[in-house]
Amino acid sequence: MSILAKLFFSFFKIGAFTFGGGYAMIPLMQTEIINTHHWLTHNEFMEIIAIAEMTPGPVAINSATFIGFRTAGVLGSAVATLGVILPSVITVLIIAHLFKKFKNSSWTKILFSGIKPAIIGLILIALFSLGHTTLTDYKAIIIFLSTFLLLVKGKFHPISVIGFSALLGLLFY
Amino acid sequence: MKKTSLAELFLTFFKIGAFTFGGGYAMLPLIQREVVNVKKWLSEDEFGDVLAVTQSAPGALAVNSSVFIGYNLAGLPGATVAVLGSVLPSFFIILVVATFFTQFSSQPIVQRMFYGIRPAVVALIAYAVLKLGKNILVTSLGYFIALAVLLLHLLFGISPIQNIFLAAIAGVVHHHLTEHRKIRSEEIITNKKKQEENHK
Repeated sequence: MSILAKLFFSFFKIGAFTFGGGYAMIPLMQTEIINTHHWLTHNEFMEIIAIAEMTPGPVAINSATFIGFRTAGVLGSAVATLGVILPSVITVLIIAHLFKKFKNSSWTKILFSGIKPAIIGLILIALFSLGHTTLTDYKAIIIFLSTFLLLVKGKFHPISVIGFSALLGLLFY
Repeated sequence: MKKTSLAELFLTFFKIGAFTFGGGYAMLPLIQREVVNVKKWLSEDEFGDVLAVTQSAPGALAVNSSVFIGYNLAGLPGATVAVLGSVLPSFFIILVVATFFTQFSSQPIVQRMFYGIRPAVVALIAYAVLKLGKNILVTSLGYFIALAVLLLHLLFGISPIQNIFLAAIAGVVHHHLTEHRKIRSEEIITNKKKQEENHK
């Protein structure tokens, strides 16, 4: 199998088996990329995850693009990115199609009465784990509180709040 | 859901993709603002449906929600342009970083900005809980499920997809219990009426 085909199938697998977004993909990526295919060393992999977190865009897409590029150039990055998004594109299309048909059925309403609040629970999990590792010093807490107020009370656009927080980072650190 | 042009769909998701930091949930306020408040493609309630659907499928929230919203607004072409819009910004940014800035993440200026952005990402997620919670947590069942999901994860390490599955079951059980109670109370009322009629 050519390197491009391997990249595609590897990232297709990563995309298909990770629920809960980018961070949930990291362990599976680690196994595929470091242990199975030896495309990167552990240190290179951690560097790429750091870059993926520090650049805009979903972590899954960023790391697929980066690893694809490192392994097989621009074509590699296109193939890896396509591989990682295709499983979710296909699944969501199927669900979207079914949802259009069944959204007014009583069964959909009953199931969603449970699933919708669960989403809030999932976001709370992300809030707790990220807050726990991020809000560790008083500067971070000041940035958190001021950006939170800008969002809730000031109704500022999320993009301008991100820009403002980057400025605060330059000032504080 | 309203109709829209493909170019508008592409540009909206391009903007969302270009400014997503810190993974899916932090971008919820941005998606909600663009899709619900600015473009008025969906109502607040429909946005809740989008989340329920996208989190029940594997993959990144940005990609999943762009496919779902694009498909609902403009069919397959809509899904295609929306997903391209949400993926292309990060694709190009990473290509540039990978080609020219191999030491990107160890640059002091990048690190300092990132130290500022990280707490803001936490604030964006807290804001998402607040905004979405107002629409979604309207019953005591809702509060119960949201807290149960959090606790099941913290205490027993239950994964997101397992939690979604359990919550769907909870919805079904709750529905049957309330239906059962309704039938029981109706039975009691009709029985009482019958008794009263018999007395007469």
